[in-house]
Amino acid sequence: MLATKVIMDQGIHVEGINFFTGFCVEGHTHAIRAKDKKKEKRNNALWVAEELGIKLHIIDVIEEYKDVVLNPKHGYGQNMNPCLDCKIFMVNKAVAWAWIEENDFDFIITGEVIGQRPMSQRKATMPIIARESGAEDRLLRPLCAKNLPPTLPERENWVDRDQLFDFHGRNRKPQMALAESLGIKEYSQPAGGCCFLTDKSYANKLGDLWQSRGERAYELDDIMLLKVGRHLRPAPHYKLIISREEGENHYLTGYQHEYTTIRTVSHGGPVTIIDGTPSEDELLFAARIAARYSQGREAESVTLSITPPGMEAVDVSVPPLAVTEIPENWHV
Amino acid sequence: MSEHDIDARRLLCPMPVIRTQDKIKTLTAGDLLTVTCTDPGVTSDIPAWCRIHGHEVVTTTTEGREIIITIKVQRNQA
Repeated sequence: MLATKVIMDQGIHVEGINFFTGFCVEGHTHAIRAKDKKKEKRNNALWVAEELGIKLHIIDVIEEYKDVVLNPKHGYGQNMNPCLDCKIFMVNKAVAWAWIEENDFDFIITGEVIGQRPMSQRKATMPIIARESGAEDRLLRPLCAKNLPPTLPERENWVDRDQLFDFHGRNRKPQMALAESLGIKEYSQPAGGCCFLTDKSYANKLGDLWQSRGERAYELDDIMLLKVGRHLRPAPHYKLIISREEGENHYLTGYQHEYTTIRTVSHGGPVTIIDGTPSEDELLFAARIAARYSQGREAESVTLSITPPGMEAVDVSVPPLAVTEIPENWHV
Repeated sequence: MSEHDIDARRLLCPMPVIRTQDKIKTLTAGDLLTVTCTDPGVTSDIPAWCRIHGHEVVTTTTEGREIIITIKVQRNQA
């Protein structure tokens, strides 16, 4: 937002590009979970674009992004986050979008600041991103440009370098002061995580998914489902995804045509979907686990319906599993 | 003027916005696009995208859990 505003204030036309990888935190969990209903459901990129008065192009990169997640040349961060490869990928996609005749832009800007992120925003990584993305010296970082060699837009005086900045480090106070001086009062939380791949719990679930399937691969539905519910794996070949509240009930119900679904009938309770290939006995056992998370958890017996995809529901009555019978290591 | 539909049910934002954006690129001024969604976030995101790009949200209705947004495409604004 700041980098864009700084460049716009030099009279330069700017348009925004936002990439959807499937791992974006924003929107989804708020949209799914009823407990977040009071939170404003807005896409921050759209909101920022509207505040700035620029167009925003949202690009679906789900398929192409798989290679970034699965084979990061520069490795992962603390969890499953391939931050440097991600930046190179996104700048490369921006270059491809911006250079085509239909769009005909002259250079790319990002809001990067040297030293702000331990892996991807270091002085050493800035030229790597510029080089490997193909942007070369048409990649300008207005907020820390004075700490870097002049880029083509600066050398050609398309941009006045004197009006750019020399921010560095993790301290956000200079950015906050600049925002205030530019009249920007509301902005997304600095340093707020925007990618599930940086989340330890999510990364564990993704690792578990790959291990259970024997291959490192995913589809969009796989990574969406990792954001929802409790995940319990009683055996390597199947796991339960158990909703935690009404919003997740609705969301998981949307998968009833693809996964075996378990619903509680005799008591209030969650919607559970089964990922994998359990036997009939294991499905009954899964029903006992699901019953444990229903309002009948203390009852002698809970009735649940089990519906395999495309088949009729079968009602079963089972004793709920006791809390002590669910080992901690089942929780993914 | 022609009328078009997108089924964006079960898709979470920003996918309904992306589907809307990509469809509108193929349409001409005056065309109507109706998008059917289930993510409540679209009531904020699709109108915001339309405002940014100069298209007009004609109606927004809710039927059960479905949200139906009709957009009138404006000229050269994609």
